[in-house]
Amino acid sequence: MRIRISHATSYRYETPPKSVTQVLRLTPRNHDGQYVVNWRVEVSQDCQLHQQEGAFGNISHVFNAEGPFDELSVTVAGEVDTQDTHGIVNGAIERFPPALYLRETALTMPDPAIIDFAEATRTDAGTDTLTLLHALMMRLNAEMTFDTEPTQVETTAAEAFAGKRGVCQDGTHIFIAAARHLGVPTRYVSGHFYRENDTSAQDAGHAWAEAYVDKLGWVGFDPTNAISPTEAHVRVAVGLDYLGAAPVRGTRYGGGGETLKVTINVDQANWQTQSQSQS
Amino acid sequence: MAAAFDEMKGHDGDQVRPAYGELAQWLKEVPPDVLDYRRREAELIFRRIGITFAVYGEADATERLIPFDVIPRIMAASEWRFLEKGLTQRVNALNLFIKDVYGAREILRAGIIPEDLVFRNPAFRPEMNGQRVPHDIYVHIAGIDIIRVDADTFYVLEDNARTPSGVSYMLENREIMMRLFPELFSRHRIAPVENYPDELLASLKSVAPLTTSKEPTVVLLTPGVFNSAYYEHSFLADKLGVELVEGRDLFVKDEVVYMRTTQGPQRVDVIYRRVDDDFIDPLTFRADSILGVPGLMSAYAAGNVTLANAVGTGIADDKAVYSFMPAIVKFYLGEEPLLKNVPTWRCREEEHLKYVLDHLPELVVKEVHGSGGYGMLIGPTASKIAIEQFRAKLKAEPKNFIAQPTLALSTSPTCVEEGVAPRHVDLRPFVLTGRNGVRIVPGGLTRVALKKGSLVVNSSQGGGTKDTWVLDS
Repeated sequence: MRIRISHATSYRYETPPKSVTQVLRLTPRNHDGQYVVNWRVEVSQDCQLHQQEGAFGNISHVFNAEGPFDELSVTVAGEVDTQDTHGIVNGAIERFPPALYLRETALTMPDPAIIDFAEATRTDAGTDTLTLLHALMMRLNAEMTFDTEPTQVETTAAEAFAGKRGVCQDGTHIFIAAARHLGVPTRYVSGHFYRENDTSAQDAGHAWAEAYVDKLGWVGFDPTNAISPTEAHVRVAVGLDYLGAAPVRGTRYGGGGETLKVTINVDQANWQTQSQSQS
Repeated sequence: MAAAFDEMKGHDGDQVRPAYGELAQWLKEVPPDVLDYRRREAELIFRRIGITFAVYGEADATERLIPFDVIPRIMAASEWRFLEKGLTQRVNALNLFIKDVYGAREILRAGIIPEDLVFRNPAFRPEMNGQRVPHDIYVHIAGIDIIRVDADTFYVLEDNARTPSGVSYMLENREIMMRLFPELFSRHRIAPVENYPDELLASLKSVAPLTTSKEPTVVLLTPGVFNSAYYEHSFLADKLGVELVEGRDLFVKDEVVYMRTTQGPQRVDVIYRRVDDDFIDPLTFRADSILGVPGLMSAYAAGNVTLANAVGTGIADDKAVYSFMPAIVKFYLGEEPLLKNVPTWRCREEEHLKYVLDHLPELVVKEVHGSGGYGMLIGPTASKIAIEQFRAKLKAEPKNFIAQPTLALSTSPTCVEEGVAPRHVDLRPFVLTGRNGVRIVPGGLTRVALKKGSLVVNSSQGGGTKDTWVLDS
């Protein structure tokens, strides 16, 4: 499937900032299940984009734009060819052995409730890793209400699990916390998801998890959709948690009254449908 | 526990060791009231120059004076030469270890250190993975804590590879001693320490990035006046002749770090940073930090700035990793370690934990990531209740603790209430690593436990300091 993506992050400021610095993790790389046909990153203000490869193998771009300006937008757009690999991710850039991904972070620290949930799942599902991970994903999907009402980016796995609702980021964090507790190396993936029946604009990217299964390698689990990633998933960046794979981390000097709008369109390239974001 | 080795009188206590010959004689001659008068004078000077430190967790006293003892601790030239060799070896191994851990990871592949001890260690910074640092030097300034148990045996108690502090006391103590006791200096030939700032500056300049075109610009980055070591930061910046900056004084543009000055932005090449990893760049580490410089890590990754010490060096001074230091020295240098490691039980390992739980009243138990003498148990001096409370903590989170035998730290004559009496001491030499190798100013900071019998020398726990003399032979 050829997927066309455009992802715009637009800021408006009531008081113009003196300068803005951002780190962008918005550029996908190839693996056996995806090939980046073309991709470009644009910033609306005059600045240099510096490309680097981060510690986890993600491509990042850093820029520093000098103000004053009333608005700033970062737009990425491109096309990616994808194939269904039954969720197995081969040929990705790996900078760490799987054991690193047992590392706990503040966002993915399991609390007693998550530990109980993980262990109860193991009691029912048995010790086969793949079966266990699928069970974890299905149960999580059943227990959680996934809504688009965004929680805070700093919401931890434990907090989201206690509230039993959240966005894809929260479900992914809980999955990671539980799987790591069970001794399975697990990581956070930020990316895009093509919704076959609903090609209207999305206001956030997608996120899911990848867990390391012996003999198979890295396997994706998408708790929001209760599936392993298919050709509808485009993988952009990995990390230990949201913060490590966050599409945008930024800061500004001066300015205020910031409003942020994210518009993401994910579509099949050859379908030529058009979608428009409502502002 | 056997009687401790005394720096002045050895084990038996009847014969003065050669290095202390002149001092022992002088102590006999000097009337007690003169000694006491000078002691008070020293305190007055310290108060006047305002050399203080903050104690965390005490609301009433934010700043405190560290007690200063006027009787110096003396080392013979031959003793120092041995220490110097051992310290150089140790710090070389630390640097190679850190480079490896963030690079090829050969020591993990060889199975010498368990993978999870590194990968799941909070002091390990995955963000540094695969990143080269200028000249492959990570630990530019190390404070290695040394204790002595007899005439020939020195142990490393702790490696401090993050942002070791205390060097300002080494310098101030010497200055005050020269002022108060000129006659003692005329009776000894003492190796100077006053050149430490010059050596430090030379080391820092030598590790400037290769992209630096001319004379490198060095700055000292401090978290600000509320940091416990702020006095030292301003003192050192002054001695080095470099700008003392806070995060907001620096900015990053196009992968280069600049300092805001009245003449416009000035490029910065080397940052002697006393801000912890967690706070140094809100775009990479803690997003809520206002002490750091946004984008600093991108300039670092591009090779345009040197951070001293490098980010992620904490993995080398972790106390669980410490227990592997003899193996680390052998692995990278193919040499036997000259300085001994205190035998260490890692509570993360079941058999070790069992031993520790069975022997708590004999052992010292420390938190793996702790420092400053907080959160430790000294078995022989702890109450039964304290031991039982600690046992519960230990059982709950065994991997957070290590245990060591209670060592008889050497004693040194010290001026206390009842006159001159032996008190336990340690030594923190400051080891500088630059492009041209290791340099160590002879001596360091001697810390002394002022309470009789106490083995805790940390200033936050009532320890004091002494001037440290290395005799020129």
